[in-house]
Amino acid sequence: MDFQPTEDQKALREGIRSFCEGEIPNERFPELEKSKGFDRALWGELAEMGVFALRLPEEKGGVGLGYSDAVLVFEELGRRLVPGPLVWTHLAAGLIEGADSGATVVGGIDLFQGESTPIVIEYLDHLDVLLVLRADGIERLDPRTLNALESEIPLDPLTPIHHVESLPRGERIADADSARRMRLAGAAIVSGQQLGLAEGALDLANAYAKGREQFGRPIGGFQAVKHILAEMFVRQEAARGGAYNAGATLDTPEVADTQRAVSSAKLTAGDGAIRNARSCIQVHGGMGFTWEVVAHYYLKRAWVLENSFGTRDEHAEEIAQILEGLAANGDE
Amino acid sequence: MDLRYTADEQAFRSELASWLANEVPAHGTSPPSNEWDARRIYDTGWQRKLYDAGYAGINWPKQYGGRDATLIEQLIYFEEIAKANAPYIGVNFVGVLHGGPTIMAEGSEAQKERHIQKILSGEQVWCQGFSEPGAGSDLAGLQTRADRDGDHYVVSGHKIWTSFAQVADYCELLVRTDPEAPKHRGISWLVMPMDLKGIEIRPLPTLEGEGEFSEVFLEEVRIPVENRIGEENDGWRVTNVTLRFERGTAFASDMIHLQAFVLDLIRAAQSITSHEGSAWDDRALRREIGHLSGELESLWAMVKLSVCEARESGVPGVGSSAVKLYYTDIYQRITELGVRLLGRAGLSRSDLGQMPSSLILGRHFNAISLAIAAGTSQIQKNIIGERVLGLPKEPRPTPA
Repeated sequence: MDFQPTEDQKALREGIRSFCEGEIPNERFPELEKSKGFDRALWGELAEMGVFALRLPEEKGGVGLGYSDAVLVFEELGRRLVPGPLVWTHLAAGLIEGADSGATVVGGIDLFQGESTPIVIEYLDHLDVLLVLRADGIERLDPRTLNALESEIPLDPLTPIHHVESLPRGERIADADSARRMRLAGAAIVSGQQLGLAEGALDLANAYAKGREQFGRPIGGFQAVKHILAEMFVRQEAARGGAYNAGATLDTPEVADTQRAVSSAKLTAGDGAIRNARSCIQVHGGMGFTWEVVAHYYLKRAWVLENSFGTRDEHAEEIAQILEGLAANGDE
Repeated sequence: MDLRYTADEQAFRSELASWLANEVPAHGTSPPSNEWDARRIYDTGWQRKLYDAGYAGINWPKQYGGRDATLIEQLIYFEEIAKANAPYIGVNFVGVLHGGPTIMAEGSEAQKERHIQKILSGEQVWCQGFSEPGAGSDLAGLQTRADRDGDHYVVSGHKIWTSFAQVADYCELLVRTDPEAPKHRGISWLVMPMDLKGIEIRPLPTLEGEGEFSEVFLEEVRIPVENRIGEENDGWRVTNVTLRFERGTAFASDMIHLQAFVLDLIRAAQSITSHEGSAWDDRALRREIGHLSGELESLWAMVKLSVCEARESGVPGVGSSAVKLYYTDIYQRITELGVRLLGRAGLSRSDLGQMPSSLILGRHFNAISLAIAAGTSQIQKNIIGERVLGLPKEPRPTPA
């Protein structure tokens, strides 16, 4: 066993990180807000970086990498708060023509656990194709045919939101097994993004705690603040364990129960993203509550991701179901 | 990122598992915790079996009789030991995990000859004389005095939290040999035979009413100078060699036990019934247990990651403080959930009816102690804040 990222994986992560830092500095957020979190040129560059074609086999024109590589790439996208229907387009590579190259922008709605109102769709105005993930299969819809209302004030300024009263059935393009695999993959990859958020929030808070002085010294020297940061580090590392475990288990499903690994990752990384974002605001004090400091973007994005591919509660129930079987068998 | 074990690792696991499957049932059950002589026989007997089979000192170098297992094999070892419900390391804890490794690293040839092999085979039992009533988290503030008198140190002081003192043959003892020097530079590390004159052991009952702790009072105990490990006044550095051995894969077995405990809780919940069905039918409870179990799974992944990092770098990763903090937190929350499930049955520490009160309360108390033992959670947070995140240190009131 060697659970560490390989040299190639570290290089991949570094490449994505420096791309994100160069292309999407905080200063670009106001412009991205105006364009509702989407920019065609940026989308094309992300495609060039292989974000969408990452797991598509090489013979189909993809990069041919695995789930653990995808988790690392999305960790970096999360860390820099990169907006857009990234995960859906990534999942659609090979299923929807042009998704891998960035030519077709694919979004989606996860109704795997059944429909519940309101049906909320992200980035609808920017989409060429909308996937509907249901327990019995994956459907494809033309987003322009939907009768949708746009939210005047989306929670995350970089994630525009529409809602529809009901969804028509679309063209069925994949079966129930593909749907199940897409849901697992989606949750695992989002857990990578959540890990990135947890890291980004800690980095921001840590830098502030070192620079901000009160009572004549940096606030990070006070145990009351230092311990908040230490707790953020623990949550970050827990999220890392969970997310990497989900990716690596999906790559070699013979080693463990994939559902258990993915659900564990989604809820641990969800905790990490949400709670680290909140702590990041707290460490910044009053400035943390302003629009100007980007701490609030982490919190808002964390709640968007919490509601993507299963909430913590839903995944906790999945795990409880698995444990119930183990308890009956006298395992562990 | 590859979670698959190699053929060698799998072979190591299956050999160990089949050995344990035969030997664990044959060794019988552990004697009551207050029967010290029986416990020593039980624990050292198991250590001897490990030794004879080549499984003692799993992380010890081969030249000292250890297995010299890779870190991954050590992880497998602790996993299998837990799954087989093998005896706990018990009275051998201090010798195998602290004293032995320190002597290997810092002792003379004669000292190695005297102790190493006997610790590993269970013939020598050790206890630890580090903490004092006035020196807990600030261990270097210890006051036990050692005055040189010819080829002996004359030692007087008061040690606390000494596990297994009643049955120990030797004590790894920290003493102050230079009261004038800065506190970290006046400490020495001594091997104290427990049968010397002037040693008084008083059991220190825990909140559980019993346990393995004692206070040890030393009054002009004469310890030969040749029993010193390392140079005089260099004991703080020697101690840090020991403390390093305390971290790493330390809690691996406990985490596996905790996974099994979660299933015990589910079975307990299923056995609590009312007109509305069983407690396990409660969606909130299922979510809470599922959530905690998911976190435990992520913690286990965190351990694997930290072990693989340590293998590459050669030292236990900075993640070990994070592992201990997170494990403590999850352990406390899972066992508190157990106490809530017990309800009024938890007002008794002995089992009432079918409810496993003794198991659940025992684990909960253990979880509470874990936030204090081996570096409190607050000290661990300081370590992460200062050594990992690079934050400024707290001002120290006394010069270091």
